[in-house]
This record gives sequence, C-alpha cells and structure tokens, in this order.
Amino acid sequence: MNWISNYVRPRINSLFSRREVPENLWTKCSECGTMLFHREFTENLNVCTSCDHHMGITPRERFHALFDGNVFTEVDVPAPLDDPLHFKDQKRYPDRIKAARKDTGEREAMLVAEGKIGRTPIVAAAQDFSFMAGSMGMYVGNAIIAAAERAVAAKRPLVLFSAAGGARMQEGILSLMQMPRTTVAVQMLKEAGLPYIVVLTHPTTGGVTASYAMLGDVHIAEPNALICFAGPRVIEQTIREKLPDGFQRAEYLLDHGMLDRVTHRKDMKDELVTILRMLTGKGPAVMGDLPKPEDVVETKEKPEDAPAKPKDEAPKT
Amino acid sequence: MTNYLEFEKPLAEIEGKAEELRALARANKEMDVEGEAAGLDAKASALLKELYKDLTPWRKCQVARHPDRPHCKDYIEALFTEYTPLAGDRNFADDHAVMGGLARLGDVPVVVMGQEKGNDTKSRIERNFGMARPEGYRKVIRLMDLADRFGLPIVMLVDTPGAYPGKGAEERGQSEAIARSTERSLNVKSPVISVIIGEGGSGGAVALATANTVMMLEHSIYSVISPEGCASILWKDSDKMREAAEALRLTAQDLKQLGVIDQIIPEPMGGAQRGRSESINAVGKAIEAELKALKKRQKGDALLKERREKFLKMGAKGLAA
Ligand SMILES: [Zn+2]
Repeated sequence: MNWISNYVRPRINSLFSRREVPENLWTKCSECGTMLFHREFTENLNVCTSCDHHMGITPRERFHALFDGNVFTEVDVPAPLDDPLHFKDQKRYPDRIKAARKDTGEREAMLVAEGKIGRTPIVAAAQDFSFMAGSMGMYVGNAIIAAAERAVAAKRPLVLFSAAGGARMQEGILSLMQMPRTTVAVQMLKEAGLPYIVVLTHPTTGGVTASYAMLGDVHIAEPNALICFAGPRVIEQTIREKLPDGFQRAEYLLDHGMLDRVTHRKDMKDELVTILRMLTGKGPAVMGDLPKPEDVVETKEKPEDAPAKPKDEAPKT
Repeated sequence: MTNYLEFEKPLAEIEGKAEELRALARANKEMDVEGEAAGLDAKASALLKELYKDLTPWRKCQVARHPDRPHCKDYIEALFTEYTPLAGDRNFADDHAVMGGLARLGDVPVVVMGQEKGNDTKSRIERNFGMARPEGYRKVIRLMDLADRFGLPIVMLVDTPGAYPGKGAEERGQSEAIARSTERSLNVKSPVISVIIGEGGSGGAVALATANTVMMLEHSIYSVISPEGCASILWKDSDKMREAAEALRLTAQDLKQLGVIDQIIPEPMGGAQRGRSESINAVGKAIEAELKALKKRQKGDALLKERREKFLKMGAKGLAA
C-alpha cells in the first residue's frame, strides 16, 4: 500500500564512494561474485567484466564518462528549506542529511549538468542512489525544475537518469508534492518542443517511477534494472504469492510495453546521441570518446538547429 | 449499531449503559430511568467533546478510515443530480475502485469522480477497498479529457489507502498510469477541485488531488506513506505507527500550514461518521462556493497556469518550530 518500496540497499553499497577505495583494491561483483580489479571495473563504468551486471554509478562518474572530453558544467539548483517538518524518526532528519553528505561528498541526491555529448549540446540530470537511496524530496524536485528551465533557456534536450527508492519520507507530504512539481517541469520541455529522454537505472521505484521517470519521449533502461511502482516485497505481502523470475526488471517492462529499449551502459552514450540528433534534426554524429569541446578547432560554428552536417563530424561508421 | 474506535471505548461504555437502562425501562413500565439516562447522555457528550477536542494524528488516521464515514458514493448521490456514471478506460477494463461520470451540482454540469471504498464485505471487494489499478487512473484521464473538451469543471473526491500493489497492476503500468493522470490534471483548462474526504494515500491520491483548490475534511489525512508503512521502514517496527503518524504531519491542520491544501472543512462533533448528512452538506457548500470563485477566474488557460504555478511554488513554507 505504501508506494515507497522497502527496497534494501544492495551489498555493493560500499562501492559507491570511490574516494574510500584505494586504487589497488579488488571489487567483488554482487551478482556473480567475480573479483574485479578496481580500476578495470571503474573503467568499465561499474559493469562487471565477467557477467555484465550493472552496478551503481554516481552521477559524477556517469557524467565524467558521458560528456565529450569528460567536461561538463554543473547547473545550480536552488536550495530548499532544510527540514520543513522537523522530522525525527530514530535519527533527526538533518543528521541523516549530514551523514549522507559526508559519505558521498555530494550536496544532495541529484546532480544537474550541461555539456556536449557527441558534439550535441544537452542538459543532463542524474539521481544519486548513494545519497539517501536517491530519494525524491524538495531538492530533487528543484533539481529537475532547474534542469528543465536551463534546457528551455538554452534550447537543449534533457536527458534524465533516474535511480531512487521512492520519495523522501522525512519530507512527508512535500516529497509527494514533487510528483506534480516535476510533472510541470516535464511539461515545460514538451511545450518548448524539446526532447526529454529518461534513462531508468537500478532501482527506479515508487513516486519517482509514477511521475517524471514515466513521462519521457523515449524510455531507455539499463539491463536488469528494477523498475516499479510498488516494490516486489510489498506485492508479495499483498497477493501472498511468489512473483515470477525477472518480474519488474527492465527486460520484463520492455516486454510489457513500458520501455522503448534496454541498453548496455557502454552503448548508452552513442544511443543517446543518435536519438537526440534525429529528434533535433541534426546530422549523424561522430561516435566514441571525443576530446574536450574547446580542444577542437571548430572552423565554423554552425547554429544548433542547423540540419546540415557540421564540418568536423563524419558519418557514423 | 455504532462502530466504536479503540480510543472511543470509554464512550462506548457510557452510551451502552444509557441504552441498557432505556431498554430495561421499556420492558418494565414502573421503572423511571430517564433522569439517570439523561445524566449518562450528558456525560457521554462531554466525553465525546473531550476526545475530539485535540485528536492525535494517529487517532485522526483511525477516524479518517472509519467504516461509517460517508464515502465517495454517498457524497455523489446526496450532492449531485442527474448523476450519469461513465465507465471504462477503453483499453482493458472498468476499475470499480474509481467511480465517476457526468452530474449536476445545482444547475452546473460537472465531471465528478473519486475513489470508492465500499461499505460491506461484498462492495469492499468489488471496489478493491478503494485501491485503483491502472485502469482506474486511465478512466480518470478519460473523464478529464471529456471535461476539458466541453469546458466542464472537474470535482474529485479522494479516499484511498493508495494505488493497488498487485502483479497485474504493475504489468499494465501502474506507474505510467499515475504519472499520466497527474500530467493530465496539470493540462486541463477547466476548474479543478479536490476534496480529501477520508484517506489521501500517497501516489494513488495525488493523481486526483492535483487541483486548483484542494480541500480536506477536518479529520481526514493526506500522506506520502501510511504511518504503518513509514514505521516499518524508518523505525523497523510497524507498531511505531503513532510516532510515524506524528512525524509525517499528515493532518489537515498541518497541511494547511504547509500550504499544501487550501481549505479545511469542519466536521460535526465526533467526526463525519457521527453526522453524515451534516458532513455531506458542508462539503457540498464548500465545493459550490469554490466553483463559483474559480469560474470567475476561468479565462482561456488562466486556471491551468494558476494550477501549475501553485504546485511549482509548493514547499516554500515550513512548519513553525
Ligand atoms: Zn559479475
């Protein structure tokens, strides 16, 4: 009945904060148990080199890999009220936030940035599951609104990577109100005629799935990501039966018509570039790792909406 | 027969005693009990006032879920004329947890809808205890389309423990259906009014509560999660629902302070379950007044813009320490 799935953090939790992991350590795949050399693992975008299991990746790591030349500019997010409800469970809410900030080195559960991918200017927002299970509170709402406003102002598409256990219970009803708030943000993009692409990553649940994560022009998921409204445990308790294998996983949702594609993390950037350039009437792009945009001597800066192929781009091979 | 809540037990005893005395007197004409019974009545009414004067959030949850409280169907039948139910999502099924259709409020044709919990075992099962499946939210979207196309105001009555957490509901896209219904309610040009008449249960409620004016009955609740669910996650102990109910700030009074709702509709002493028609009439009056006010502001997409702005601004106000 509650829409925040009581999702249990996977054992790979400690992997999220890279800063604490010395370079020469081994990482154990949470799926197949293979010991992976840490550097190799991070170079593979936190995907197991042995079984292709996609483990958590922070927004910063993801953006680092996503943007051309690893360059992106953060978009400012207005700070919300700190603790509007004076919420206290076994801990005070401000203490939980403080602890999450210390663990992750991040301010909150979403990072917004702008930059170019495959020479295509975009705004990107990514939810940080390592920050209080990525839960959607006022900050996440503000981040999505800021991302949409920036995208509209710069006439850029928005790519949003979702990952959350649901709403931030410690903000009570105000977390629930992020469902309509973020929906208004999506409407801004749609009314401005800008693409809004959602990449659903493990896990995307509860009110997050039931708002901005299911309102994209295109829905792409990472393999085996859990994507649901009610969590599997809640459903099992309600209907008192075992759920089928793969229930609520990305491939299952693809079969049931809720997603357009399931795409491996290493192919995600190229796929986003391909789709975005077609949606915005741009020519085919150069794929793969590109140098920093400013390192490239651009002979002629083409206007962003120009359908013609810019000089420095070759067709996809 | 009155259904007493746990905290009303002392009241049940006194009212029971008065009832017994009067039953004795009916069987035995020589007995004069009226004085004593009237004394008990006075005691009971004083106790009722005392109990309801300052209900704790957890007690409010119990009152909001009281089985004798008027439900969506009671409001629609009493307040509207020419109610013409419209069914189905044109895709899969008709969800009986959500009822709605065309009706008149006074002379004004409107689209009215809401979650219905049912009032006995049979109707509760038929209504799935007011927990909608994707079909329910898609019916909501369809009714909103209709209202928008013909410029009819939308009145929504919210009373649900939440969206149904079932296998089929997930397979048919519960998340997408909820997301789209919220999106639709932020896209209609018609006036939109919501009244939370009992339980406003999380994502299952928000789809029907994204309105120009959101009102709540005095003892109704509106929350991101049930106190029981919150207790089991944050306290790891579902018996801590009292603490969770406090912490979540789910009462109409707190939500008004937070600016999440616009108006509180008072309930009769002892809650809507003890004064059903009084409550129904109060809700009717509030809707009529609000509808009049909104219609005055209805020009082009003015109400649509107002609705979006209202939600964008939400969260600026916290509670007093
Ligand atoms: Zn593996």
